[in-house]
Amino acid sequence: MAETTLARLLQRNARDRRDRPAIREKDRGIWQTWTWSQYHDEVRAFALGLAALGFKRGERLSVIGDNRPRLYWAQVAAQCLGGVPVPVYQDSIAKELAFVWNHAECSVIVAEDQEQIDKVLTLRDQLPALRLVVYDDPRGMLQYKHDWLRSYQAVQELGRKFAAEHPGYFEAEVEKGKPEDVASICYTSGTTGSPKGVMLTHANAIAIADAFRKADDVRPEDDALAYLPMAWAGDAAYTLFLSLVVGFCANCPESPETVQRDLRELGPTTVLAPPRIWENMLTAVQVKAADAPALKRWVFERFRAAAERAEILRADGKPIPVGLRLACMIGDVLVYTPIRDQLGLRRAKWALTGGAPLGPDTFRFFRSIGVNLKQVYGSTETTGLVSLQPSAEANPTTAGRPCPGIEVKIAERGEVLVRGPVIFKGYLKNEEATREVIDPDGWFHTGDAGFMDPRGHLVIIDRVKDVGALQDGTPFAPQFIENKLKYSPFVREAVAFGHERAFVTAMIAIDLNTVGNWAERRGIPYTSYMDLSQKPEVCELIREEIRKGNETLPESTRIRRFLLLTKDLEADDAEMTRTRKVRRRFVAEKYGSVVDAFYSGGHAVELAATITYEDGRQATMKSRVRVEDVEATVVARV
Amino acid sequence: MSALLEIRETSKAFGGVQAVTRVSLEAQTGEILSVIGPNGAGKTTVLNMISGFYHPDSGRIALEGRDVTDLAPSRIAELGIARTFQNIALFRGMTVLDNLMLGRHVHMKTGVLGAFAYWGFAQKEEVEHRKRVEDIIDFLRIQDLRRRPTGSLAYGLQKRVELGRALALDPKILLLDEPMGGCNHEEKEDMARFVLDVNEEWGVTVILIEHDMGVVMDISDRVAVLDMGQKIAEGTPDEVRANPRVIKAYLGETKTIATGGSRG
Repeated sequence: MAETTLARLLQRNARDRRDRPAIREKDRGIWQTWTWSQYHDEVRAFALGLAALGFKRGERLSVIGDNRPRLYWAQVAAQCLGGVPVPVYQDSIAKELAFVWNHAECSVIVAEDQEQIDKVLTLRDQLPALRLVVYDDPRGMLQYKHDWLRSYQAVQELGRKFAAEHPGYFEAEVEKGKPEDVASICYTSGTTGSPKGVMLTHANAIAIADAFRKADDVRPEDDALAYLPMAWAGDAAYTLFLSLVVGFCANCPESPETVQRDLRELGPTTVLAPPRIWENMLTAVQVKAADAPALKRWVFERFRAAAERAEILRADGKPIPVGLRLACMIGDVLVYTPIRDQLGLRRAKWALTGGAPLGPDTFRFFRSIGVNLKQVYGSTETTGLVSLQPSAEANPTTAGRPCPGIEVKIAERGEVLVRGPVIFKGYLKNEEATREVIDPDGWFHTGDAGFMDPRGHLVIIDRVKDVGALQDGTPFAPQFIENKLKYSPFVREAVAFGHERAFVTAMIAIDLNTVGNWAERRGIPYTSYMDLSQKPEVCELIREEIRKGNETLPESTRIRRFLLLTKDLEADDAEMTRTRKVRRRFVAEKYGSVVDAFYSGGHAVELAATITYEDGRQATMKSRVRVEDVEATVVARV
Repeated sequence: MSALLEIRETSKAFGGVQAVTRVSLEAQTGEILSVIGPNGAGKTTVLNMISGFYHPDSGRIALEGRDVTDLAPSRIAELGIARTFQNIALFRGMTVLDNLMLGRHVHMKTGVLGAFAYWGFAQKEEVEHRKRVEDIIDFLRIQDLRRRPTGSLAYGLQKRVELGRALALDPKILLLDEPMGGCNHEEKEDMARFVLDVNEEWGVTVILIEHDMGVVMDISDRVAVLDMGQKIAEGTPDEVRANPRVIKAYLGETKTIATGGSRG
């Protein structure tokens, strides 16, 4: 490919795909479209506006807000000028934002609206590098008068004036770009310590798109929904890199609350969603089915069962009997297609799930109704992609085959190593950390423990550092056990303990929605999460779910004792990362008293839960919580 | 500058109860004027007289110099005074969108027959009004609620929709009767923000009745205090806060009114 930077790809798209849709946004209830040539002009105007305000090569520009075309354009504009976009999570608390903006020395911040601007304002004194703040939505900004604060439009105006005075400036800047320049810095939330800035180059961006294109079907005519956090490497890879390379259209939903509806209206041809979204969709279908009239419900249940039987046979490579095949054909007309249509998945050629494991039942449901759901595996440091399941080999347990051009090998202790053009350039201002994860041969150490199955699929078990052993020497992979629990719709989070202990125990955070629904249907009154979580009926419900999970685990790693937390684990309380991965060490320390109670045979524990509100304020809730044995028989005292 | 709305010496009695006695108020263009006072002070009665639900026994009300004292509520709405109610008044079975479109009713010219045909002018007019309604939906951040029946919404959201319905009128003056009543802290903050934005960005004059002192003192340009149907004070939030009569009406003794907390 001749185009070696994203900026040049933009120019190519503006030339070759002038009038093809590049990005859409639903605004005022209508999908508004920008073609590639309009996309280019918008980026150019903003870039030149930045230039007029003194933006230099290598400077860093941060964006904060929902997925909005203007925030994407701002990122591409920075790239065109040889600058580096630093997208941040908008739901981060002030301390985290200050860290990232300072660490990356962001001189420009482009914020979506007043809410985000207010966050910047409160931090401004702590951000010496910051000299320009730009807002997209002018709502409520009338009273904000600062010479360093400008509207997006005002910057573009400046840019158009600058263009008239400096013809060819933009094109010359694009020309200066090199593939090894950093194209984006994505901060990994990191399960330990401060976040690290992952530097991804233009070469990485183009390599990831190439690898993906070879592994799966993606075309310029495709439509994708851009709704996942912009700060997540997956969105950068999908909505920015892949869209620029392939030339397909990214669609921004109206608001985070309307995603489901927008998805249905749009019917994207490619879908990327974390497990939680798939679980929510399945729950929605089940709730609707339960509310439907008896006949409809009967039809739904019958054909759903038929589809799942067929899917199990298909996955095992066994032939499907003629009768069942016929049932599925009828079911497709009566049930499967309408459901796919309702969920906005009717046009989807493929749908990917990644980031966390998806329960086998959920996975099977979507495949059985004709959604080509597949697992993908990657990390920020690999520009979001390592392996992907081919359409014919999808199953809920593996992470798929390594994509073309990406090498994978398993090192000692089962660590997964990755090499290839997608490996990041390094951590920003942290060469030591970079050296720790990229060895002299160029292998990136993912920190994930896994193995290759006989078919050549990668299987991920857990984080290497979390894999331990019980006292009797049985290997203990906490995440593996937690996932068994999290397959239950009633369990939102679980944390398993057992390293150097006699048996396995788990702390469980219930899912307020599903358990709340369950309680309502049974007429069990409750007031709050805390109240609900401590109802004896809920305890029995979860005990049953744990038993189910235990059945699929070897005898020695079955969960013997558990406790229901009085609050969900939250990123704001530093218990999880922003991408909802448990920060294990922190949690083990914070809930030390629970762990002690688990293994000292105690039957209750004093929980002091500190809650951090979104604005950073903290409150403490104290409560006495029961520690339960899964089976009634007395557990071994340690 | 003459006042946008002028209320002169209005009184209103219900049977033997003198609800409002010779109250005068003036609202200047572009300001937020709050009317506060203990329960039963006559605040809502004043609002009802402005919007034409009640007609005063004596005294006059003028909008932009024009006497509107005895006009019907529908006429007053057409002249540009919109209101919300203490107890939400929406069509509960209708969607948010329909409720807001209904708010545009005074601006619609298509007759019943034309609307049936829904072609040519009727269609064009509907599109025009829908545009305005979409602006309001965007403004109030209720894009996800367009097709939801209002009766199924949480209380705070219904309050927001009601504000939207009033805004759909494109009013010059917005009368808000306890828009934060019954709302939680977050809903109050949102509502205060919306009221400020309506005032600043759309230039709508706001007359606000509200119990939450923190909000009133924060967002008002001027505050008028009623007690037992009479106006006992008027001025900037700071002046009113320091006024001994106000303190007495509220607390019955000499203390200062808290600036942040809400009055029970």
